[in-house]
Amino acid sequence: MDPDAVIDRCGVERSDRGSAGGIKEQTSRMELLGEYTSMKKALISIAFGLTASLLATGASAQATLNSVKQKGFLTCGSNTGLAGFGLPDAQGNWTGLDVDLCRAIAAAIFDDPTKVRFIPLAAKDRFTALQSGEVDVLSRNSTATMSRDTQLGLDFPAINYYDGQGFMVRKKLGVSSAKELNGASICTQQGTTTELNLADYFRANNMKYEVVAFATSDETFKAYDAGRCDAFTTDASGLYAERLRASAPDDHIVLPEIISKEPLGPAVRHGDNQWGDIVRWTHNAMLNAEELGVTKANVDQMKTSDNPEIKRLLGTEGKFGEAVGLTNDWAVRIIKHVGNYGEVFEKNVGEGSRLKIKRGQNALWTKGGLQYGIPVR
Amino acid sequence: MNTGEDGLNKPAVRGFSSVQTVVSQTSPPKKSFLYDPKVRGIFYQVLLVAIVSYLFYVAATNAIENLQRAKIASGFGFLENTAGFDISQSLIQFSAAGSTYGDAFIVGLLNTLIVSAIGIFFTTILGFLIGIARLSKNWMVAKVAMVYVEVLRNVPLLVQLLFWYIAVLGSLPHPRDSINMGAGFYLNARGLFMPSPVYASDIWAIPAALLIGLIGTFLYRRWAKAKQEKTGEQSPVGLVTLGLVLGLPILTWVVLAIVGANPISFELPRKGTFNLTGGMQILPEFVALLLGLTTYTAAFIAEVVRAGILAVSKGQTEAAGSLGLKPGQILRLVVIPQAMRVIVPPLTSQYLNLTKNSSLAVAIGYPDLVQVFMGTVLNQTGQAIEVIVITMGVYLTISLVTSAVMNIYNRRVAIVER
Repeated sequence: MDPDAVIDRCGVERSDRGSAGGIKEQTSRMELLGEYTSMKKALISIAFGLTASLLATGASAQATLNSVKQKGFLTCGSNTGLAGFGLPDAQGNWTGLDVDLCRAIAAAIFDDPTKVRFIPLAAKDRFTALQSGEVDVLSRNSTATMSRDTQLGLDFPAINYYDGQGFMVRKKLGVSSAKELNGASICTQQGTTTELNLADYFRANNMKYEVVAFATSDETFKAYDAGRCDAFTTDASGLYAERLRASAPDDHIVLPEIISKEPLGPAVRHGDNQWGDIVRWTHNAMLNAEELGVTKANVDQMKTSDNPEIKRLLGTEGKFGEAVGLTNDWAVRIIKHVGNYGEVFEKNVGEGSRLKIKRGQNALWTKGGLQYGIPVR
Repeated sequence: MNTGEDGLNKPAVRGFSSVQTVVSQTSPPKKSFLYDPKVRGIFYQVLLVAIVSYLFYVAATNAIENLQRAKIASGFGFLENTAGFDISQSLIQFSAAGSTYGDAFIVGLLNTLIVSAIGIFFTTILGFLIGIARLSKNWMVAKVAMVYVEVLRNVPLLVQLLFWYIAVLGSLPHPRDSINMGAGFYLNARGLFMPSPVYASDIWAIPAALLIGLIGTFLYRRWAKAKQEKTGEQSPVGLVTLGLVLGLPILTWVVLAIVGANPISFELPRKGTFNLTGGMQILPEFVALLLGLTTYTAAFIAEVVRAGILAVSKGQTEAAGSLGLKPGQILRLVVIPQAMRVIVPPLTSQYLNLTKNSSLAVAIGYPDLVQVFMGTVLNQTGQAIEVIVITMGVYLTISLVTSAVMNIYNRRVAIVER
């Protein structure tokens, strides 16, 4: 492959010809040809590998469902570690709201919520990993924005957590509002909407600040905890989750201001609508199940229900599952293995968890929240 | 090939009988065009280049097509879009409001260059000192240098960076309890704060004085060298250089200050609500990276220097000693100049390593090219291919330029065959 090597070999061959002839010459040429051929073979295989990898993006964008079925598992881009959303527990099992969405998708496809492989991704790597086909779905508290939707080649089929950006500071600073943060050093994770909102907020309020950006949430919070920054900023849910990791959680307070809208949800590659539908309807099935009172415990009894809405959701009436490339009992599989949205919420981030986050905006629309399941009809 | 044969045959025609000429014509070494090694050699190379370029072309068009099909933005237009984020250390004016991704690229590039340049400067000095110390006759000095080399080069750089950043600089106090180092210098967990100079309009006098000092030094050195060659007498070159280059500007400043025109005043850091404000600030991320790169690379340079010095034959030292040179002079005038021939090529590699290792800055939040451009910009724009191609091009260019400069220097110190 090295052009110099080729030239050297030619030089050697020329001098061989000059001194010796006949059979020896013939063999040396044969050897050389062999060498050329193997060299070319190696080169071609490398180059084709490269081409194939570049091609792969386009090919897999078309039929994610088929490739997932073929592999036998779902690859899910998850957080590197955010309590309540995506975090491996002491036994190495991934837990969290985002993680359970992936399990629900796997349950809908395979009737087995364990057929997921989680790939932890830092904020700055996550979209590239999805674009390149390394993960099938990115469920990693990612904010849906217009530029991500239109310029990154992504789609956000659902919003599974409505959030907003906030600040955490040490109590001893005596700060009670984000408006008092003029001149502060602020730790944030790079490659996030947080980083942009921060710049917007301080500019809009005509305040100065020093930003210290780190690649991972872990490094960011460690730097804050070590005293490098006065304030730590991320989505409010993340603040509560990270506070648990502080060396002295009670020394920190979350400021009341929410400075942005952060609709967090799963992302898929643009262009594979069937796959996007599966992700969207998995989330909506969980919402509808909560609204209709279908739970992990009673889903089998509910199959005999006369309520037409429940019948359509659970596949006892109509062929809604087959229309998205799944089986008609897709929603039953999701609810039986993972639960409805309310159950998943309470278990991971709500009263059943250490975070104790209130439903707030994430309550069902019938209870004054924003979570509104699109009807199965 | 034909021209070559003609060239060979001509003397035969001229020098030998006609019979021989006939023989040479009837037994032509004319082989098939395909068996000509020269032609074949060229053919295979052209073929190889063609295949490689074709594959690159296919890969590039494929990538472009796939990006378009996946609706991923492509092209270099994004460099002109507003960045919308802030960067902690910037040598040029940079703000979230007005600056573009292109500006962010320049900020990152300059941050990489400055930490590499300063790092190369200090690591060279430290590396030479430790390399020489390892060869010291003093047992203690030699062993300390040895321990330094063995510890520093055998612990991964990333670990060392985290050590400097978290364990050393992270344990500095909160800004409210800053360590007052006097003269307006403060040290705390947010970095080193120092007075920043504010220049008045008559500042020109000081660079002018420096320029005069430099010219004076140059002339004096020439005179001193000529004198030494003529008479053998040495002059206090070092002292005079110091006086002219440093003393003259300081004298100018003092004189101006006495006259009442103050060319430089200092803005001192003041305590704000959270941080010290005003003055200059050196970020702990920068210091940690600089310390890590300098001390780590110095261990390798020390070994390079030791090897270079050992490569100079002992006879040189003994001969120099018998001429009456002092040990310091032997090292400076005889050994090091010869050792440089061995030292420079591997030293270049160490400089390149330091520059490339500066990309580990990403782990400690120093906004170098990789952190800003391949981190934030890549993520905000999603244009991975363009960003990575630019970044690779930048490191390649920096490395090639460093190599070129060192090669020029190497040619100058290389032994000249007479």
